[in-house]
Amino acid sequence: MAIMPERPGVKPSLYSVQTLRGGLRKGTALSLKREELREIYRGMALVRAVDSRMVTLQRQGRITFYGAATGQEAAVIGSGYALDAEDWVVPALREGGIALLRGFSLSDYVNQVVGNGPDIQKGRQMPCHYGHKDANYVTLSSCIANQLPHAVGIALAMRLKGKEHISVGYMGDGATSEGDFHTSMEFAARLNAPVLFFCQNNQWAISTGVEKQTRAKSLACKANGYSMPGYRVDGNDVLAVWEVTAHAVAEIRRTGRPAFIEALTYRVGAHSTSDDPSRYRDESITQQWKKRDPLQRYKNTMIKLGHLSEDEAAQLDNEYAERVNAEITRAEAESAPKINDLFSDVYANIPKHLKRQQAQLERALSPR
Amino acid sequence: MATMNIIQAVNSALVNAMEADANVVVLGEDVGKFGGVFRATAGLHEKFGSDRVIDTPLSESGIIGTAIGMALYGMNPVAEIQFADFIFPGYDQIVSELAKYRYRSGGHFTTPVVVRTPYGGGIKGGLYHSQSPESLFAHIAGLKVIIPSSPYDAKGLLLSAIADDDPVIFMEPKRVYRAARGEVPETPYTIPLGEAHIVHGGDDVTVVAYGAMVHTVLEAASIAKDEHDLNVEVVDVRSLVPLDVDTIVDSAKKTGRVIVVHEAPKTCGFGAELTATIQEAAFWHLEAPIERVTGLDTPFPHTLEDEYLPDASRIVQALLRATDE
Repeated sequence: MAIMPERPGVKPSLYSVQTLRGGLRKGTALSLKREELREIYRGMALVRAVDSRMVTLQRQGRITFYGAATGQEAAVIGSGYALDAEDWVVPALREGGIALLRGFSLSDYVNQVVGNGPDIQKGRQMPCHYGHKDANYVTLSSCIANQLPHAVGIALAMRLKGKEHISVGYMGDGATSEGDFHTSMEFAARLNAPVLFFCQNNQWAISTGVEKQTRAKSLACKANGYSMPGYRVDGNDVLAVWEVTAHAVAEIRRTGRPAFIEALTYRVGAHSTSDDPSRYRDESITQQWKKRDPLQRYKNTMIKLGHLSEDEAAQLDNEYAERVNAEITRAEAESAPKINDLFSDVYANIPKHLKRQQAQLERALSPR
Repeated sequence: MATMNIIQAVNSALVNAMEADANVVVLGEDVGKFGGVFRATAGLHEKFGSDRVIDTPLSESGIIGTAIGMALYGMNPVAEIQFADFIFPGYDQIVSELAKYRYRSGGHFTTPVVVRTPYGGGIKGGLYHSQSPESLFAHIAGLKVIIPSSPYDAKGLLLSAIADDDPVIFMEPKRVYRAARGEVPETPYTIPLGEAHIVHGGDDVTVVAYGAMVHTVLEAASIAKDEHDLNVEVVDVRSLVPLDVDTIVDSAKKTGRVIVVHEAPKTCGFGAELTATIQEAAFWHLEAPIERVTGLDTPFPHTLEDEYLPDASRIVQALLRATDE
């Protein structure tokens, strides 16, 4: 199977390299080395472990919210692994695993989810809104598609400063209906911004299925309207995601022009801990997708290739569960953010009117 | 020193800033070869090229969102929104993104963008080329909101805004773009953000205003002096956020009588904020109610715009009410 952009009016294709049960399709030559393949596996396993623990934590009322990437780990890690450290990631909700891949520590990750004093955001945002300058992982807002023009601007700045890096703007399927999506595609193509648009099509925007989102035959074919290559890949096949992303990234670096990737996957869990998908969708379809679990599929491939054993995989799961639990225990014992954290970072320096409000608030709180 | 109007002063500031720092870029609709519909970016494209003077596709959220991204990567973009009336497709980017990056990232990511936009009525622009939406930005934590009234202030404040680490909404009074003229150095200079300016001293009554209305207020002050022997102090706010409360309140305490003037609609206009701030700090010094002379709580009209806009006569009437013993 060759990596080719989608063409309008033709049945959408879906690039994959692993069979559904794991193992490589005939004629597949892997360019990734054993240690790289293992690193990708570890990245996916860590996301699964963190997400599973955090969803439980929310159910116990210990954190306020969580948006898991369960079932989407291949799209997350496969794409993130194809980037260089100097490339910038402009994420949506479910790319936290890429932050971890890029050196955002598990401590910082859990601090953000808990919203404690050491959280670099000082408890200001809901869980899953990670960001770190050193990881070149931009702090997201909750707004859909708002981040995409930022990815364009970052890429444009990279070009103007003579860098050969790229930026990646991530989004879900729902974002492709937003004005900022179309504006960003237009700006990127017209201004020659070296940006990759990466869409995790998990087929659900909360309760709105992708078939209610658009009449387009695929999301990738939307790129045609902007004279941009749009690739479509099996988002549950981590090796295919890596290959297509690496291909697109190389093309962007070579041409200086943007590209779009649709990774077809499925949100096997809820949108977030705040909704119950059985109220709005047929969960028997979810069961079908669970059989295509990307972590299990890749594990089977790795075992077949002789790069991993069942014992090693089980050991890794235990190790990650313990690490996550230890981080949670530590993070929950940390102090809360300070009153001053309400007022700092609104501006570079705290202006007079905020100093007055801080003094008033501190006086009002002092009798307690 | 040269005599400049506000357009020329803005242009001069942009030239100075772009000459001094390659990270300063200009982007917007028609800002390139054409030099902007009001000519504020005239000559920049020839001087700095199409990589630094960027003609964008027609999308305000794209202009502001792209500027945000460039700022995240260490540049200092100056985005032009052709008319403040058309800023609303970019309002989400301003409110949800531009204003909040520093705060939400714990200072990891900052967005020193300047959004320049002509605002205000008096050019027969009807509903969609006349509005004054400053309070919609002053209400948003994380933004600075600057409105100059003179060519000298326009250049000094714009250079400060470009050098500032925070995002700045820079609103230019288009009615007096060419009518307001004055001495402006061609070399760079700055006026600090957050400082009001007493443009006319007096001790009978204070008028607080900004932008194009400063000129109308000065006209009213002159009439009030000539016809009613009133000495009016005129405070040009210049910086709505951060607000120079001290200068405004000191004047209110001195005269004991205050009028607030703006052309935006009255309800929840910036005058409400000024009035509340003054009464909190100077209540026991006040001799009369603080009156607001403002635009109407209606859409901005076309044919009857002179009736809609505060004029010298309405301001003089308010001055007389405020000083009626």
